[in-house]
Amino acid sequence: MTKVYVSSVIPAPAASVWAVIRDFNALPAWTPFVAESRIEQHMLPDQIGCIRNFALKDGGRIRERLLALSDYDLSCTYSMLESPMGVENYIATLSLTPITDGNRTFAAWQAEFDCAPEREGQLARDIANGVFQAAFTALQKRFQR
Amino acid sequence: MVEVRRSTIIDAPVDEVWAILRDFNGHESWHPAVATSAIEHSAPVDMIGAVRRFRLSDGSELREQLLSLSDKDWSFSYCILEAPIPLMGYVATVRLKPVTDGDATFWEWRSTFHPPENRKRELTALVADQIYSAGFEAIRKLIAARSGRMRPAAPAAPPAAAPQPVPVADRAASPGTERTQAIIVDRYGGPEVLRWGEVAVQPPEPGEIRIRHRAIGVNFIDIYCRTGYFDLLQPPGVPGMEAAGVVDAVGPGVTAFAVGDRVAYACPPVGAYCRLRTMSAELVVPLPPDIDEETAAAGLLKGVSASFLLHDVERVGAGDVVLIHAAAGGIGQLLVQWARHLGATVIATVSNDDKAATVEALGAHHVIVYSRTDFAAAVLDITGGAGADVVYDAVGRDTIAGSIRALAAPGHLVSFGQASGPVGEMDVGRLASKSITLSRPNYGHYTDTGAKIARHAERIFAALRSGAVRVAPPRRIPLADAAEAHRLLESRATSGSLILV
Repeated sequence: MTKVYVSSVIPAPAASVWAVIRDFNALPAWTPFVAESRIEQHMLPDQIGCIRNFALKDGGRIRERLLALSDYDLSCTYSMLESPMGVENYIATLSLTPITDGNRTFAAWQAEFDCAPEREGQLARDIANGVFQAAFTALQKRFQR
Repeated sequence: MVEVRRSTIIDAPVDEVWAILRDFNGHESWHPAVATSAIEHSAPVDMIGAVRRFRLSDGSELREQLLSLSDKDWSFSYCILEAPIPLMGYVATVRLKPVTDGDATFWEWRSTFHPPENRKRELTALVADQIYSAGFEAIRKLIAARSGRMRPAAPAAPPAAAPQPVPVADRAASPGTERTQAIIVDRYGGPEVLRWGEVAVQPPEPGEIRIRHRAIGVNFIDIYCRTGYFDLLQPPGVPGMEAAGVVDAVGPGVTAFAVGDRVAYACPPVGAYCRLRTMSAELVVPLPPDIDEETAAAGLLKGVSASFLLHDVERVGAGDVVLIHAAAGGIGQLLVQWARHLGATVIATVSNDDKAATVEALGAHHVIVYSRTDFAAAVLDITGGAGADVVYDAVGRDTIAGSIRALAAPGHLVSFGQASGPVGEMDVGRLASKSITLSRPNYGHYTDTGAKIARHAERIFAALRSGAVRVAPPRRIPLADAAEAHRLLESRATSGSLILV
């Protein structure tokens, strides 16, 4: 089991950040690496069990299922069903916590998955830097005060 | 029920912040609202169920109980058992998370409780602002001060030319390299980070000797190294600065020692918590035949400190009035005996009656229990208003103002520790009121050459031999159980010395 944990501080109130990221179908709107996304089977994007089917800008296609969504805890958990990355049992949680000091947001993104041992280090780095941190950096820019 | 939630970002790695916060009794040293605090029944500070009894600066007393603590999740929770204000059913959680983007720490402090309806707003604001936000600010300042001026001023910071610590990883493995059992610190934290393992021991290079340890001293500075409060130990590393044993191998050019000699040392670099160690022969002193290894391991570091405090920092002599704080502590006990032997009138302060009895037995002329008496007034009373010629203060924040009041004019304030918290900034102009000389000695500067160490060692050995000072038989703990030794020391459950064997 490989674990990845990335966290950051976003210079905006948690409610504002949550409004952007709670939409499970909104990756193209706030991350720099997703080209287009749709929800399968005409389900709603906040319906537990819905599947987002999205294309990366580099061409890969990924399908992910929403497992949990809490407007109280400001957190969202999902699993990866298909991807070109060669991972199994991939489950990730993106969560926000208000930082009362300065009315900012603490954002944490963690994932667990299985993969071939020799790819573990590189894959963990790619997910941490190329996906999670890249998305947080985009959020920071979006809310730059 | 109300919920109070405050959170902030501290600009330091999570392990550094956690090392401060995980000590359930540590709020005494950093939270501005807390004047004094103690764990009931001397329980370990991280034992679930431990109760801290503390007094706020306004004099009111509270009792709080530790409900959970996780070093893995960097969190603990606690509840109020007794308080002078109606924070009914108060349960709070402190939680840290690393901010990987910038190596900082997210800190959340939250609680729920049932205040009376008419005091809801007042009590919510009190908890949020005066407890939580004020705590955030204090930790922020403490960490800023530490990275700035605190570290160089620490009592045992290493001299600039300190040799490198024993590396845990092998140096280029050369013939004759051995392996030894050791206690290893992989990351800063509580006693549980002390891991039992093996490290490589290099054969002695020119100027070095290899020592087979028979007894290893345990000192408070080892705890500061473990938590990262002092940066003398860079993980991964082996803690410990004091040991005694037998020379096992001698490097080229070493003439002062031969294989089989009994030796001891008490100085940086760290690396004593192991069976076998190679180090510079310069830093090692020979043990006289009448000083056994366990006494040396228990008393050399404290004895060297007492030596320079009483002979170099100040020359204590007949007729001097000397005030010694924390007199039942390791160095305190030596200072009391030695200052009396030098002819001084010794006034000692302690926190309770048991310790008062200990210190009286050591020969203190006057003992003040500072928890119930204004010690400065008592000193002026004892001296007929003249005050003490010199004050040895390792307590720091809680005593420093009283120490100045207790001094004679001209007087000498020797600040050599901060058990209750950093002394902070001091108005130099105030010292003129009594023509006060202020000293802030650093262990490293008095022990950085072989000649200096040898002088202090000769003094303490002579004092032990003549009976001028005695070191009580230390409590022996197996080296593998070093974490237990740290817990005992941190809980202040012991008054004598601890050694690892």
